[in-house]
Amino acid sequence: MKMWKAILAAAALALAASTSAFAARTDLVIGIPLEPPHLDPTAGAAAAIDEVLYANVFEGLTRIGPNGEVLPDLAESWAISDDGKVYTFKLHTGVKFHDGSDFDAGDVKFSLDRARADNSVNAQKGLFAAIDTVEVVDPATVKVTLKNPQGSFLYNLGWGDAVIVAPESAETNKEKPIGTGPFKFQSWAKGSSITLVKSDNYWGAPVSLDKAEFRIVPDAAAAVPALLSGDIQAFPFFDPDSVAQVKDDPRFKVVIGATEGETILAINNKKPPFDKLEVRQAISFALDRKAIIDGASAGLGVPIGSHMSPASKAYVDLTGLYPHNVDKAKELLKQAGLENGFKATLKLPPPSYARLGGEIIASELRDVGIDLEIIPVEWAQWLDQVFTKKDYDLTIVSHTEPNDIDIYSRKDYYFNYDNPAFDKIIAELNLTSDDAKRKTLLGEAQKILADDAVVGFLYELPKVGVWDAKLQGLWENAPIQANDLTKVKWTD
Amino acid sequence: MTAYLLKRLAIAIATLILASMVVFAVLEILPGDPARLMLGLNASAEQVELLRNQMGLNAPLVLRYLNWVGGLLSLDFGRSYTYSVPVIDLVRERMAVSLPLALIALALSTIIAIPVGLYSASRRGRAGDSIAMGAAQLGVAIPNFWFALMLIYLFAVWLRLVPAGGFPGWSAGVWPALKSLLLPAVALALPQAAILARVARSALIEVLNEDYIRTARAKGLPYRAVLWRHALRNAMIPVLTILGLQFAFLLAGTIIIENVFYLPGLGRLVFQAITQRDLIVVESIVMLLVVAVIAVNLVVDISYAIVDPRLRHRQ
Repeated sequence: MKMWKAILAAAALALAASTSAFAARTDLVIGIPLEPPHLDPTAGAAAAIDEVLYANVFEGLTRIGPNGEVLPDLAESWAISDDGKVYTFKLHTGVKFHDGSDFDAGDVKFSLDRARADNSVNAQKGLFAAIDTVEVVDPATVKVTLKNPQGSFLYNLGWGDAVIVAPESAETNKEKPIGTGPFKFQSWAKGSSITLVKSDNYWGAPVSLDKAEFRIVPDAAAAVPALLSGDIQAFPFFDPDSVAQVKDDPRFKVVIGATEGETILAINNKKPPFDKLEVRQAISFALDRKAIIDGASAGLGVPIGSHMSPASKAYVDLTGLYPHNVDKAKELLKQAGLENGFKATLKLPPPSYARLGGEIIASELRDVGIDLEIIPVEWAQWLDQVFTKKDYDLTIVSHTEPNDIDIYSRKDYYFNYDNPAFDKIIAELNLTSDDAKRKTLLGEAQKILADDAVVGFLYELPKVGVWDAKLQGLWENAPIQANDLTKVKWTD
Repeated sequence: MTAYLLKRLAIAIATLILASMVVFAVLEILPGDPARLMLGLNASAEQVELLRNQMGLNAPLVLRYLNWVGGLLSLDFGRSYTYSVPVIDLVRERMAVSLPLALIALALSTIIAIPVGLYSASRRGRAGDSIAMGAAQLGVAIPNFWFALMLIYLFAVWLRLVPAGGFPGWSAGVWPALKSLLLPAVALALPQAAILARVARSALIEVLNEDYIRTARAKGLPYRAVLWRHALRNAMIPVLTILGLQFAFLLAGTIIIENVFYLPGLGRLVFQAITQRDLIVVESIVMLLVVAVIAVNLVVDISYAIVDPRLRHRQ
């Protein structure tokens, strides 16, 4: 009798094992290059925080979709007053935080007030600057009154820095994040990996994955064997230079998309001789974007002529304004009284687009008589010397924040650029919510930056994703830096 | 013996005090602001200032130094700026990887190096010696990250015997954890073994030329006994010195191998903390390493005295 039981049990086990082999996988290991310093998206600028938690663990009133569109999230719908100042949000009901507590209008008020408070260290505090008051109308309704109309307000609420947190867990989110999303945090082995598991009491459409592990792989050379061995099944942000090694392997998909990263040769506009328009234009004519993209980004990346992503609806193609033309560049330098050329420095932060691109740009500028001394710096030095103290001539950096053309109007920004006409357009843009009008204004703004040759516009940083061919639903583009897993599933 | 030990101890303490000053000063001069790094490009200057205050970065330099040293003495290593957890917890987590890794690599390197050194020395100038030393030369010359990648492609991608990288943690079981440390340990051990084998060989050759070896042989002792009993023991001093240096290196100097195998080791923590300007983490870990190196050197000094009785009586 006992033996029969054992045989039956074994048969049942074998059957269970064989059927489960047919069911699709529900676990995923994703490789990310940088470890988040902590797990609270409202308390730090590191992109790695959002790359793990955005849309997965934390949700906002609105969210940004795969192509940069604003979608409703915890807010089911909203109404905007005629003067554009009062937003009334209708919230989803029956939403619970991962610790079991209820989500309601009070949490929204708490989160927004916390982010814009005087002592707030939210890295994107500027997103909330227009808010005057946040009122709880009833548990499912929140009224936000702005000081002035703000065209990008709903978009701003979709940032990772604007996600809704609970008062009970806000202070401990750095170590143990508690959100309302479809995945809840399970564990963090520091330096190694972060594991999320499916949340059982999720309010929205259930997700397909039961478990997602983000494994930190800092070395691009290690990413390839990790994929090939099957240890890691997806690298949403892959090193462009390593693509050749997996491109022809049918087990993997290589997906090239767009980011919001405008890669530029930034110029210190107040420092002679760069204060002369002719000199900056000469630099723009001296740049061969194609050669730079080939050398610095393995041929991947779209050339830009101003500070706007080619994927954006408001994009105006201005790449024809300064075609690669060495004679024209020399001519302009002559007009500026610099026919014998001059010496300058080029400070390069660590990313390969800067270090590799810098070599090419230095040789291209040498062709027109500008002799660059290359100074490699690490990020901390770059932030200190270039960004904060503005002690630089030229530098290469990718501005990855979405829709950030307004940085050129910021007082005391490291470009040292000052053009009242441009500032006026940005001020008007901030007050405009009509899409068509915004598009016109954004077009004008791009035109001014290109005409002034404020910086050398190079190319839009590509998003290179490589993952298992059986995997579906990962983002092709990166309108914001996130790895949204809500639609990800395995197919057989 | 006591005088010898006391002198060593006094030198160790003086080194510690000096090291703490140098470490603190060097990191203070380093340009870069941890608060700005955390807040990124979009934050205003006022906000960065606010965070600096919250982090206690605006206190006077001397006060911060004294606070830090005072903390160290009471075994409080401070809190990480970026992770906002106690530094000692971070170190403990990383040590669970780095310490076993260093020990395995050191053991492997000794197991390979001593027999090779013995073999080469006893066959000096013959074909076996040339082959062994040629291989050692190769072991020193091959870049260890390249060797590590070749190991990964062979054992992880092709044979699928071990994972390509990562560390599952000791909670996943002793065998899976050891398995993930195997390739990195081999990659680390090989160049160290090559160096050690060369040192062991030349030390042995020197000893084998000594008069007392000839005397031992002349009085009829078999070659093997002379080699093991008389020569090896006397050749141990340079070997121990190198072993001590290698252990200190293996604890935190293995950043390249840790990166290739994406292991959460101490080297990567230090590297990451430097790039993030998480100064308190860097300072405290460097001090811990200084303590470790000094302790290892002390042990090596003591073992000299054990191996070589003359040192015990020298004043």
